[in-house]
Parts: sequence; C-alpha cells; structure tokens
Amino acid sequence: MRKVLIANRGEIARRVLRACRRLGLATVAVYSEADTNAPHVRDADEAIMLGPPPARETYLDIERLLHAARRSDADAIHPGYGFLSENWQFAEAVTRAGLTFIGPPAEAVRAMGDKTQARRLMAAAGVPTVAGTPGPIGDVAEAEALGARAGFPLVLKAAGGGGGIGMVRVDKASDLASAFASATRRAQSAFGNAAVYVERYLERPRHVEVQVFADTRGAVVHLHERECSIQRRHQKLIEESPAPNLPPPTKRGLVEAAVAGARAIDYVNAGTMEFLVDEAGGYYFLEMNTRIQVEHPVTEEVTGLDLVVEQLRVAAGEPLSWRQEDIVQRGAAIEVRVYAEDPDKNFLPSPGTITRLVMPAGEGTRVESGVEQGSVVSVHYDPLLFKLITRGASRDEALARMRDALAATVVEGVKTTIPFLRKALEHPDVRRGALHTQMVDQGAFH
Amino acid sequence: MPEEIKAHITGVVFQIPTKQGDKVGAGDPVIVLESMKMEIPVEAPRAGTVREIKVQEGQTVQEGDTVAVLD
Repeated sequence: MRKVLIANRGEIARRVLRACRRLGLATVAVYSEADTNAPHVRDADEAIMLGPPPARETYLDIERLLHAARRSDADAIHPGYGFLSENWQFAEAVTRAGLTFIGPPAEAVRAMGDKTQARRLMAAAGVPTVAGTPGPIGDVAEAEALGARAGFPLVLKAAGGGGGIGMVRVDKASDLASAFASATRRAQSAFGNAAVYVERYLERPRHVEVQVFADTRGAVVHLHERECSIQRRHQKLIEESPAPNLPPPTKRGLVEAAVAGARAIDYVNAGTMEFLVDEAGGYYFLEMNTRIQVEHPVTEEVTGLDLVVEQLRVAAGEPLSWRQEDIVQRGAAIEVRVYAEDPDKNFLPSPGTITRLVMPAGEGTRVESGVEQGSVVSVHYDPLLFKLITRGASRDEALARMRDALAATVVEGVKTTIPFLRKALEHPDVRRGALHTQMVDQGAFH
Repeated sequence: MPEEIKAHITGVVFQIPTKQGDKVGAGDPVIVLESMKMEIPVEAPRAGTVREIKVQEGQTVQEGDTVAVLD
C-alpha cells in the first residue's frame, strides 16, 4: 500500500489524511464543486474534482471514485463513514478493481446491512437480541403470539424502512388489531412496502456499543464500550467512554458478545456492535456498523490507541498491534457533535457561511473539524461541522473540561447544537450518568 | 384569499406530493425539501386548494422563497 484515496469529505477525510501521513502513505482527496475550498482538499498531497455538488454525482458515485483512483494511481481507498462506507457493492467494486478496500470484506458489509439477517446471524452466534418476530408478519395473530410469549409493550416497525418512521407502540393485546392496521398503512405510505415486523418495546433503554477490531489472521479484540444514549432522530449528539454506571456483569457480557459476533461473520478491520441496555442491565443486539464511527476518538482517548492508523495497517495485511490484555480504559473521555442545526427549531438544518469560528484548546481537549472561518456549509451534505473531545482522569474532569471547551467555542453565521450541548452537560441526570435514548425527545434538555 | 406558502428553510426540492387543484388539510405536506440529508416537509398553514406550485424537483430554494400558493 503506497497511496490512499479518501472517498469522503469533512472532518473524517482530514482524520484519515492525518493517519496516512503518520504512516508515510501518499494521499488523494476527492471533492465536489461545492467543496473546492474545503480544508480536506488542501490537506491531501493531490486532489481530484469529481463533479457538481449533489452527493450522488460525487461522493456516492462508485464509477467516478474508481476512475479518480486509477487516474491518481492510488492503490487503496478509505471510505470514512456515511456515503459509501457501508455499501457492499462499493467494497466489492474496489476489490475487483485490484485496489485495497480499507474496511471489512464486502460479504461482512452485506450480511450486516440486511437488518433481519444480521439479527439472525447474531442470535445464532449466541448474541442476545430483542424478542421479536423473525420477519414481517402476515396477520395480527403472530403479533398476539409474541405478546403472549414476550409480554407488552410491543413495537410494530416497518420492514422496508427505518429511522423510527412508522413505528407504533402497543401496550396491550386488545390494541394490536388497530395498531397493525395503522402500522401497515403508514409503512405503505412512507416506504411503499406494507410489511411490518414486531419487537418487544424497551422502556428508556441506553445505547451502549462495543468497538471491535479484527485482523486478516483471525485475531479479534474489543476496545471496550461507548455510551451514546443522547440522541435526536436516532442520531447521536454526545458519546462517552466508559459507559457510566454500567453493571460489571453487563459490561463483561457486552464485550464477550461483541467479540463472538465479529468472529461469527469472519469480520476484519474496525467495526462496532451496537446494543440496547435495559434498566435491569439486560442487553440486546441492535446492529453492527461495518466502518469507522464518528465517535471513534472517544475510544482513542481512553485507550491511547490510534484506530485509523490501525485500520491502514490491518488493510495492508499486518497483524493487530495490540493484544486484548494491553487494551485498557484509562480515565474517561467524552465527545460532542457540533451540527449546523437549530436546537430551538427541533434541530432544523441551518446552512450558511461561517463568519466567525473560534476553537477551544487546553489540557485534554481535542478538536476534529471539517470547517474553518469562511467555510460555506452546504445543503448538500451532512450538517456535522466539528467534534470536540475531552478526556480526564475521571468522568467529572472530562465533563468539566467539556463545559470549558464549549464555553470557549464560538460559531457565527450558522445556528449550531452548541446551546443544546451546554444545557445537556449541566443536566443533573447527565452529571450523575443516568442516561437513556429517549431523553432528548422527552424534552429533558428544554 | 390566496395565501403564499414559503419555505422555512434553505434546501433542494426533493418531492412534490401535491399538484394544482389538490385539496389539502392544515399541516399536510405540500412540498418536501431536502437539506443536509434530512427530508423536511413544507406544510399547508391551513386547509385549502393548491392554486399553484412554484418550484420543480431538484430546484434549490432559499428560506422565505414562495414554493406554492393556496386558494
């Protein structure tokens, strides 16, 4: 591996570029017309313009990306997160073109991308899953049978969609028939597919995930957990490691299940097994992300390990640099995501030009940014501007540093999630580490 | 009284679920914008009939632009 093309933009493109430089690898950035002046373009050794602003004509266009790799003589592609990172056809096309895909094998991406297949594979590997129907249900009797077996509440979900759209919660058996009719109707209108499946509904669950890493020689390790319960629209806003107040048996079970799950699908490179944890400490597989994640710096800060450098090494065929017993959580780390969104208007996007930008600095403070003063925040892409990460000897210290970091940060020209983040970090439940995924929607931080 | 429906956000017209002459209720999506990977409906402020759709799919609209007119 000599030269890496980064098929992404923003902060993650810059993060990957840095890791390449660390290993002495040459770099190629790609960009759209809207990103001509973007920092990630300047950071790279060379840069190739892909086309007009829409992502489907640039960062999502497999042919143009492969053409750019050929033109620049790159021999590897890093997909980052989002865009094509979990598209198995892309992983396969890169490999078929004779290039190295810096990520898992296409087959693993494919298996985990089909959410009901992923659930079946993980259940077969002994990973706990939420009680539910194995697939879409044909009539309400199947939902009644699940209710009798697993108890209420249940949730009806559209098999053809996601993002919480069309979900119907049912608290008792007598409500099932009308709920089934309504969920079917909503699934049809939202996704053009009326199929509905049923799961046990978890009250106020936490989102806890485990970072795994595997090499091409069969070694699999975990890098402990991240707590990511503070979300809106099923997207994370604040992440931390360790997960506060996680019962030790739950922690042990989670990391063992994550490693077993990764092993079961012959996983290679960085991946994340996501779980829901209920109030009793029970844990249930949610899905696997077959890529580097937005929140990976939290794990880097508590373990002292460089996950993106390791991705490059493993993709080049090297064995994992770490043994399980060397991977230790020291202190605590927290990350906040600063999005160009208006928290006072239900997180509506806020495109525009950043007229003033002041970033924090100080002990234990890390900034991962895709923008600078003068950057135009376009309607065409994800609204993530930058991430702030702080660490400390304790969770309290990491939180105090984050409060200072947010107080020192200035963004003018677009609305951001900063006021929300400041409020959230002052909340007594956040301070004492009593978190669940419904806090934002239930208005805990208003 | 005709009433202009304005975009409350800058974005690209993703979908136009209504057409001229359609009856809509208050809160029904008249057009759907896409901005920063989110689909955001522009809703009818009241019940009425769509007199005119002023945008096309794929068109960029600025916050405050008129996207449709309600009779």
